[in-house]
Amino acid sequence: MPNIPAELKYTRSHEWARLEADGTVTVGITDHAQEMLGDLVFIELPEIGSHVIAGKEVAVVESVKAASDIYAPLGGTISTVNQAVAKAPEQVNQGAYSAWLFKIQPENTADLNELLDAAAYMQEIGS
Amino acid sequence: MVDFCGWEMPLHYGSQLVEHHAVRHQCGMFDISHMCVVDVIGSDAQLFLSSLLANDINKSHPGKALYSCMLNDTGGVLDDLIVYCLTYGRYRLIVNAATTASDLAWMMERASNWKLDVTITPRHDLAIISVQGPSARAKVWQVLPESRAATTILDRFCAATVGDYFIARTGYTGEDGFEIALPAMQVDSLWQMLLQAGVQPCGLGARDTLRLEAGMNLYGKDMDASISPLDAGLSWTVDLSSNRDFVGKIALLAKPQQYQFLGLVLSGGGVLRARQKVFAADGEGIITSGTFSPTMGQAIALARLPLHCASGDTVEVEIRDKRHNARVVKPPFVRSGRILV
Repeated sequence: MPNIPAELKYTRSHEWARLEADGTVTVGITDHAQEMLGDLVFIELPEIGSHVIAGKEVAVVESVKAASDIYAPLGGTISTVNQAVAKAPEQVNQGAYSAWLFKIQPENTADLNELLDAAAYMQEIGS
Repeated sequence: MVDFCGWEMPLHYGSQLVEHHAVRHQCGMFDISHMCVVDVIGSDAQLFLSSLLANDINKSHPGKALYSCMLNDTGGVLDDLIVYCLTYGRYRLIVNAATTASDLAWMMERASNWKLDVTITPRHDLAIISVQGPSARAKVWQVLPESRAATTILDRFCAATVGDYFIARTGYTGEDGFEIALPAMQVDSLWQMLLQAGVQPCGLGARDTLRLEAGMNLYGKDMDASISPLDAGLSWTVDLSSNRDFVGKIALLAKPQQYQFLGLVLSGGGVLRARQKVFAADGEGIITSGTFSPTMGQAIALARLPLHCASGDTVEVEIRDKRHNARVVKPPFVRSGRILV
C-alpha cells in the first residue's frame, strides 16, 4: 500500500505539496508515483526565479521505463530547486517525501486549499 | 505485471536496475516461455529453411545455432529468429511471441506451396528459462549437475540435448549463459531451484536495457514487415553473395541499403526514447529503441540514420522540443560486463 502522509496536500497528477514556515511550498512526487514509474534516472528541474502556473508542466522525471511531466500544484515563482535529486534521482525512489524537487513562492497561499487532502488522494488512486 | 502479446509478464520483480546489474555482474534469469519453440522436421527441412530464411542454413551443422531474419516478398522483416540444427533434417526455431501465429501460417503456406516434405510443429508444451551473466553457467551446473558434461564443452551459439532439457549457450543480454527449453510441467521446479541457488529473477524491463546495451535488435521496434534488414543493421545476417534463392532476395537486390543503423550516446542528461527525431549533417533519422543504460549511466539508443552517418559523428536528438548532442557509435555498447563505446 502506498505511503500517503496525512499532513501533505496532493494533486491528481501525483505531486505532493507542503506549506513551510517561511511561506514557500515544497513540491515532490508521491510514493505512488515513484512506484508506478520505477527506478528514476533523470530529473529536469525548473529554473530558479521562473514563473509557474497551476496545472502546467514545470519539471520532468524520467525512469528507465518512461518520462513523466511534473505539474505545478499552484501558481507562483520557483524559489529553490533540489540539485541533490537531480544528481541522484534514485533518492526519490528511496523516499518520495524527503526527496523534494522544488519550492514555490506562491502567488496566493490559499490556492493550497484547492488541492486534495490525503483521504481524497487515497480515493483518487483507488487504494 | 503487464500484458505482453497475451502473456501476463512482470516488468520487474522489484527493481529493474538491480536486475540489470545482477546479469552484468553475477547472474539473472528470465522466464521467456512467451517465445515459441517451433520444430521443423522432414527430409526437405534443410531445403525448406534454405529457401525461407535470409541467412544461410546450409552453413549450420548439428548443435549449431544460426540467427536469421524471415522476410516477406518485398524484403520486409516478418520476424527474427534463432534456428538450431538438431541433426540434419531436424531443426528447432525460436520465434517471437507477437509473431508466432503469423509466422506459423507463413511457414505452413510456404511449405505447402513448395510441396516439400516438412512438418512444422509449434511446441506449446515447452517453456524456456534464460539464465544469463558471468556466473550463469556455474549456477545451471549447480542445480542441474547431470547437464554439466554435455554443456561444459559447448561453444557460444551452440546447443545440446540433455534428457528432457534442450540447453543452448545463447541469450539476449550480451553476457554468457544458457537458454533452457524444457517441458512446461517442469519449469516451475527449475525456476525454484535456480532461485534457491541465488539467481536473480529479471523482468521485461531489464531484458530490454540489457539487449539494447548489447546492441541487439528488438522485433517490432528496430525492424518490422515494412523495414529491410539492410536498414536495420542486419546485413551481416543476410546472405546476398551466394547464388542461393530465398524469399525477399529479389526485393533486397532491387532496393539497396537506404539507412545506416547505428548507436547513439547522449552527451548530457536525459533519456533517449523510440521515435525521437535525429538531425544529422545530411538529413534526418529516427531512434528505433532508446533507454537509459544502467551500465554506462547515460542514455543510449539504436537509430536509423542517413547513409553518410558514421561512428564518431555528432548528431542532434530532439527531446521535448529541444535539441541535444549525441555521439554516433557502432553497437554493441556493452558486452561481457565491459563498456565498448
